[in-house]
Parts: sequence; C-alpha cells; structure tokens
Amino acid sequence: MLWLLCGAAGIAAALVLLILLFLSAESWPALRHISIGRFLNDPSWNPGESMYKLTPMLSGTLYAAGGALLLAIPLGIASALFIAYYASPRGAGIYRHLIELLAGIPSVVYGFWGLTTLVPLINQLHPPGASLLAGILVLTLMILPTIALTAHASLLSVPPDYLRGAAALGISRWGMIRGVALPAAKTGIAAGIILAAGRAIGETMAVLMVTGNVVQHAASLFDPIRTLAANIALEMPYAMGDHRAALFVSGLTLMLLVMMLWSVAAQLGRNRDG
Amino acid sequence: MHGGSEQLRRPASEKTPGKGDGAYTLGPMQAGPVCCDPQPLIQVDNLSLRYGAKTALDNVTLDIYRGCITALIGPSGCGKTSFLSSINRLTDLIPGCRTTGRIRVDGCDIHESACDVQALRQRIGMVFQKPTPFPVSISRNIELPLHERGIKRRADTAAIIEQVLRDVGLWDEVRDRLHASALSLSGGQQQRLCIARALALNPQILLMDEPCSALDPIASGIVEDLIGQLRGRYTIVIVTHNLAQARRIANYAAFFWVGGHAGRLVEFGHCRQIFESPAHELTAAYVNGVRG
Repeated sequence: MLWLLCGAAGIAAALVLLILLFLSAESWPALRHISIGRFLNDPSWNPGESMYKLTPMLSGTLYAAGGALLLAIPLGIASALFIAYYASPRGAGIYRHLIELLAGIPSVVYGFWGLTTLVPLINQLHPPGASLLAGILVLTLMILPTIALTAHASLLSVPPDYLRGAAALGISRWGMIRGVALPAAKTGIAAGIILAAGRAIGETMAVLMVTGNVVQHAASLFDPIRTLAANIALEMPYAMGDHRAALFVSGLTLMLLVMMLWSVAAQLGRNRDG
Repeated sequence: MHGGSEQLRRPASEKTPGKGDGAYTLGPMQAGPVCCDPQPLIQVDNLSLRYGAKTALDNVTLDIYRGCITALIGPSGCGKTSFLSSINRLTDLIPGCRTTGRIRVDGCDIHESACDVQALRQRIGMVFQKPTPFPVSISRNIELPLHERGIKRRADTAAIIEQVLRDVGLWDEVRDRLHASALSLSGGQQQRLCIARALALNPQILLMDEPCSALDPIASGIVEDLIGQLRGRYTIVIVTHNLAQARRIANYAAFFWVGGHAGRLVEFGHCRQIFESPAHELTAAYVNGVRG
C-alpha cells in the first residue's frame, strides 16, 4: 500500500517537473535565437516579421485577472457571509446549490454566453464590445464560486465558541463577523482567492471568445485585449519554428506567473505563523 | 485558600493608581453592598426551559442577591448551565430552545420587547468553561466589545484595556505584547483575558460557567482568587462542580438535582447553611459526597 501511494505521489510530482522541463525545452530555441530583451522591447507581436513583443499580452492577462479578482473577492465573500450568517437554512441551501452549479458550468459555455449576450450589450455602451471589460465580467462569474465556496467552508469551520462568546458580550452580528469570524477564517479565504487567481490567469476559452484578441496595451476597459493563454490557443495550430517556440515562451511565462502567485501565498502563510 | 467570611472583609489585593476611568477600578470590598442585607438583583420566577420535547429545567424560582457570589451546584445535566444562559438570553441562540416564566434583572423583565437583548448582554458579562479568546490580538479582544458599545477613542480604549487587565492581574504579564495573538497565552491567562473582556463593559452581573474546570490547579487557584476579589463590585453567579471551591468563594448556594427527567432547584440558602446544615436530604447526600 505504501509503495502504491509513494508511486502515485511520485508520478504526480514527476509530471509537473516533466511539463516544466518540456516547456523549457520547447522554449529554448526561442530563448536562444531571440534574446529575452526582444520579448520585452520588440515593436510589436508579429511573428511573420520576427517581432515577438509579449508585454501587451502579459498586461492583458494581468488586467483581466486583476479586474475579475477585484469584483469577485467582495462578491464571493459577501455571498459566503450571506449563506453562513444571514440566510434561513432553506434559503442558504438553495443559494449554495446555485453557486455550486455556477462552478460546474464548462468554461466554453461561459464564453458562448459572453459572446452572444455580454459583448452585444457592451457594444451598445461603447463599441466594439469584445473587450477587457467583457473578459473581466466573464472571469468574475467563473471564479466567484471558487471564492464563495472556499470562504463559506472556512466560515463554517470557525468554532461556535467564538460566536457564542461574541454574542455573550452583546456584540451585534455584523460586529461578530467583522471582528471575530473573518479574522478566524482569513487563512482559508486567502487560499480560495489564490486558487481563483490561478484560474483567472490561466483561463483560455471563455476569455478568448469575448476579449477580441487584439495585441495591445488596453487604454480603457472597452479596448480589446489578448491574454497569454488566448495567444497560445489562437496561434499554436499554424505556428512553426521560432514562432512556435515563442508561443512556448508565452506558456512558460504563464506558468512562472502562477508559481510566483503561489510563492507569495506561501510567504504570507509563513509570516502569519511566525 | 481562605474562608468566605474573611474574603468579604479583605480589600482588593491590587489597587490601581488613579489611571483611567474610576468606574473601572476595583475598589476595596467594603465598597460593595453588604451581603448580609440581601437585595435581589436577578429575580427568577417559575422558569422552565425546554430543548425541543426535552425539559431541562422545571419551574425554578430563585432570587440572586446584589453584590454576592451565588454558586450553582449539582450533578451534570441538572440544568445549571441552562439556568445560567437563560439569564442573558444566550439560550436564544440554541435552535428549538423555549423558556417560560419570568426573569427580571434589576426589576426589568428580560423577555419584554422593551428589553434590548444586546444591551442586556452588555450589562451581563459571561465567562465560559473553555476559555474563548477571539483569534485576534490581546488588546483587540477587549476593544471589540468596547467598539460595539461606541467607545472608540484610542485613549479611552487604551485606558480601559490597561484597567481591566490590571483588575485580573494580567497587565504585568502581557503589557509588552498587547498586540500578540490572544491564542499565544496559556490557558489560565486566556481565561483571565476572557474575564477582563467581560469586565471591560463594566457589567453589573457576571455569569461564570465552570470557569476553572478546564484549567490546571495553579491557574485554577489564581482565577478563583480573582473571582473572590470581584465580590461586591459585581453580582456573580457561578456554576461549579468543585464543591470545595463553591464553599470557599460563594455567599449563597443553590442546589439543583434531576427529578422526573428535568432539572429542579432543590434548595437555596447561605453557602454555610447548604454545606453545614442542609434542609433537604438530597442536598445533604450530595454535599457529603454520598450521591451525585
């Protein structure tokens, strides 16, 4: 049994390392032929003319994920608080099931809905419609359940003694939530946010369908953008040579981004314990 | 340890030099109303309490006297804790819990709609068996109820924090680490912090549900001495399974027993009378360790 478990764990660990190795190996020609500086300083992303500027797609990824987090964190935590402390047991059950349902919708369906409903709406507000804003809204819906469900789970694990102690001191429900429940649940809530951020950064299909995929630094919420993940999905089918390798560099960047996020989270966790 | 009557005359061991609001200073014991002239502060009439179909307390009538320590004694499951938590209506939090009968605190019916339950709980501090400091800093633990009360100025809260921590003898132990997590304190310190937190609102009444039973003997002794010092300033109702402790600190004792599947009050009287010349044979059997 021990061997079986060790084997399974070993395979999982090896797979991650292999993927990283594979990404690096495939990126290597690009990193050698095209210097790292050119990924930052080339005039534009135009592989046909050997121009490989990645920064607009990096900013697109960060804007879309950051905007979605900005919306989804307060909404998700508010939903969790509602389920845990305000809703009637029946209402809480229904609401929780709805959020679980939201978590189960495939991303392409979100993209489809965004494309046919959200983009035309935004177009009426400010053309062209396919935009950073559409990406942010779709991503918000996609990561909201992650944040709400993990926050709810960590609120449920707050010892009832705390709540009873707060009530005995004549502290109101909101005072108890702010002063006791949220501080007690903050580690779990933060873990949910990191998980959601990882998903927002890596999400491809839905974002690709609603953001317009123009390679540019967005000057406003209504500008189309392209994310790193969408870039890979869009160009991989026909890319060759340095172009193909440059797409692997996009993938590597994405992976580094997520790893950085995790290391920041781990650092925060350590500081809290220390 | 010391006998109850000596305790009455003994001044508070730690008098605080004129800092902060005088209302939060523990005065000498003589400052409190005298126990031998009992004035009822909590009047409980025909209190019955049910959890769903199960009756936990049956028809309890009891007066609790101002400034005194009243110990509730009796075997487990006889409704002592239920009685305690119906005084500050903490039983409201338990689904399916129903109370009938009347409880008056300072003449005011706590079940009447005019009675604001939050204000009631601010007047009645409560300390639980298991220390329950919130997972925030030591000072924040005391600030939370103060903020709720509308005391927000930093100078005011700092003065009260120092005062109540001095009152429970914790100040010198934690003055350098007020911003450390309250969970880093030892069990006895946590329980004293919880008492300090309850005192911060300057309540009239303190309800204590076996405050020493989760502590080691030394910490338990410290907390017990502290409770003795609080006599006079506060009206204290304490549930305890430790009969020696009840005998040492209480002025009055109420003996509960399970009769006919529900907790009943068997006997109430001066602590000495309950222990030395109980009127009821069940009481005599219990305090002499024959039953229970």
